[in-house]
Amino acid sequence: MKNTKENPSRRNFIKKTGITLGSLLVSSALPPFNAVLFAANKPTGKGIWYGIGIDIEKCIGCGNCAKTCKIENDVPPEPFFFRSWVEQYTIKNDGTIKVESPNGGIDGFTQSVPDNEIEKSFFVPKMCNHCYKSPCVQVCPVGATFESPEGVVLVDEKYCIGCRYCVQACPYGCRYIHPTKHVVDKCTLCYHRLKKGLNPACMENCPTKARISGDLNDPESEISKFIRIKNVYVLKPHLNTGSKLYYNALNQEVR
Amino acid sequence: MNPEFEHLYQALSKVDGYIYPNEIELSWSILIVLYPYITGLVAGAFILASLERVFNVKSLKPTYVIALLTAFAFMLVATMPLIFHLGKPFRAWEIMITPHLTSAMAIFGFVYLWYLMVVLLLEIWFDYRADMVVWSKEATGLKKWLYKAFSLGITDISPESRKWDNKLGYVVTVIGIPSAFLLHGYVGFIFGSIKANPWWSTVMMPVIFLFSAMVSGIALVMLVFMVINYIRKQKIDMICLDTIAKYLFYIIIIDFTLESLDQIHRLYEAEESFEIISLLMSGKLFVTLLIFQVFFGMIVPLITLGTLQFYKPKEKVRQFIYLIIGLLVLFGIFFMRWNVVIGGQLFSKSFYGFTSFKLSLIGSEGFLMASIWLIVPFIILAFLLWLFPPWKKIHEENIMVE
Amino acid sequence: MPIQLKRLLILGVVLFSVFLLLKYLMTPDSFGQYGHYRGKALEEVASLPAKYVGSNICNDCHDSIVTIKNEGTHSGIACESCHGPGFKHIEDPENEKMVRPGTREFCAHCHAFNKARPGRAITQQNIKEHNPGDKCAECHNPHQPQL
Repeated sequence: MKNTKENPSRRNFIKKTGITLGSLLVSSALPPFNAVLFAANKPTGKGIWYGIGIDIEKCIGCGNCAKTCKIENDVPPEPFFFRSWVEQYTIKNDGTIKVESPNGGIDGFTQSVPDNEIEKSFFVPKMCNHCYKSPCVQVCPVGATFESPEGVVLVDEKYCIGCRYCVQACPYGCRYIHPTKHVVDKCTLCYHRLKKGLNPACMENCPTKARISGDLNDPESEISKFIRIKNVYVLKPHLNTGSKLYYNALNQEVR
Repeated sequence: MNPEFEHLYQALSKVDGYIYPNEIELSWSILIVLYPYITGLVAGAFILASLERVFNVKSLKPTYVIALLTAFAFMLVATMPLIFHLGKPFRAWEIMITPHLTSAMAIFGFVYLWYLMVVLLLEIWFDYRADMVVWSKEATGLKKWLYKAFSLGITDISPESRKWDNKLGYVVTVIGIPSAFLLHGYVGFIFGSIKANPWWSTVMMPVIFLFSAMVSGIALVMLVFMVINYIRKQKIDMICLDTIAKYLFYIIIIDFTLESLDQIHRLYEAEESFEIISLLMSGKLFVTLLIFQVFFGMIVPLITLGTLQFYKPKEKVRQFIYLIIGLLVLFGIFFMRWNVVIGGQLFSKSFYGFTSFKLSLIGSEGFLMASIWLIVPFIILAFLLWLFPPWKKIHEENIMVE
Repeated sequence: MPIQLKRLLILGVVLFSVFLLLKYLMTPDSFGQYGHYRGKALEEVASLPAKYVGSNICNDCHDSIVTIKNEGTHSGIACESCHGPGFKHIEDPENEKMVRPGTREFCAHCHAFNKARPGRAITQQNIKEHNPGDKCAECHNPHQPQL
């Protein structure tokens, strides 16, 4: 039922609504409200910025890294909670791919497929990629997970509400819910060790030095040279997570 | 072995293929299936009410107030599954105090409060204000004080003030429609924006969620309307009921089309995740997706309601059909949410295997707990109908501005 | 302005003010210091104790073993890789002893044949056939295993 008397106030109403919505749209582009443009962030290039390198050609699948990580960081010993784990990939002659990670590799691996059926086989250590466009940081509703100024993605266990949105958002499966603390936990790149001038525990105890970490902003650091010299890949590059975990000799079947 | 982890060891033995070690237990369980279901009912019921008020579908008038009260009753309960699901429920306030604006979940507190207080509560208030003033004079005891408090101490019921009630209520309804889309659309966006999970990550997700919400909301109001008339032993307004069924039919068509489009697109592009998702749909989700959601929840109602557009059997038969169809639709849409939430977590993000899900009976995320959150809104609705009986309304305010 | 609108607006302003007050009172102190998180969390994580102390610390007391190790094929391996975390031992060396692994399984953990192990990275042995039953340490000094 339209009434011509109501038109001026309706026009006024529409105009006011338009201005409000328009200004909301514009202000959403401003930095504090830059919600939609999260993954377009660029690193600043100042200060120390940690990256990780893993050399598949050096990993012998001993599982020391996974075991050491659990001890260093008080991770529950049951086979359901891992900050870091190792996978064994076996690509058979018929093209099928078998992936195993018994207890994350802590108890070691056995070869489960006979030699003559194997086309290729290798170990892939996994851990948090400490992405700089991290989807897990993007989706935390309260700001309990964040990227530290040094580029390490951490969890504030005193602030996490345990909504598990970040667990869903991580494409690499790095996060788990701590069974007694009921908040999210994950690899911290041994931030507590980095701050004391020590290496992350997994890297310290790797017998073949397949895992390294260091300052990506320092062109002479081991990790920067690793990236320059080797053919490095990140996992799931199409997701544009800004992963800072660079693998050497990563096969395309690895997920 | 620690008995606390027994269910996890069992799940470990049921792993099919390879999953990342941390993926053994599903993080989001039945409570997270419930939340979109409940907010979907709210948004859907509200859209039905606004069909009458804003789009002037006069035949739906008998359901206007019932739809609003149903939406309100369910909205009051909507937060509960979320809070009970949190690892640290007593920190839930953080989402209002320090919301992280890049997260779709962060707007939950604000959208919820906005919709509950500004849209639903205000609209009901404007509609019932004049009646509350009259009832506060007639009633005694608790009821009297409730009416007095809710009318905010205003006693003016002159035609002038009732005209303002009408106008302001209309404005609220108009604002309410996009608010309803936001209330349920953001839930769809929460899933649709997770690029890590190909079962969830689609542009269609908010839209599909919205239209399936409308389907479930309309079906719910239809059932509530039928039950109220049955309890009050009133002859049901068949024109109204037939109109609701007609709108239900139209919206199911749209919802079915959108969901089919999503699947056809996935089938056609057959990108990286296609194999694992096909295995998911034909394996673990076969019963809940193809039989419960698609066949019983969509195909059967579509064919039945479609036939009813051309061939109209007797009233009693139609009422019975509507009852069955309403229940089937509510059942089917529940499983739509189930298939999205649970289904998306059953396969590994490595695309190399599956884990399993077992719904426990008791416990904070058990079947009994979930049932409570579905039953409580009806209890609240009964209380609301006792306090604000639509059939005792004196002032019919919900008419368009003259 | 009609009275309903007036009363509602007053109620709205009151509720909003209460919300703003709560927001001010309840936001943690260090929040927003470096970004959208509690700045104090960085210190909290950084203050956690390190359990593995590093081979340099072992060298302070066990320098003779370290010298032997540095001449062998195990020179690049950290002491705590095999012997476990050292934080308790350095506090109380007499009572808290390090782990002393000695079984065949322990050495097999790294050295058993596995097609996935890169040949260049480590020497591999068929554990079932290579001197079965004997302890590896009978022939190979773990700190200088090459013969």
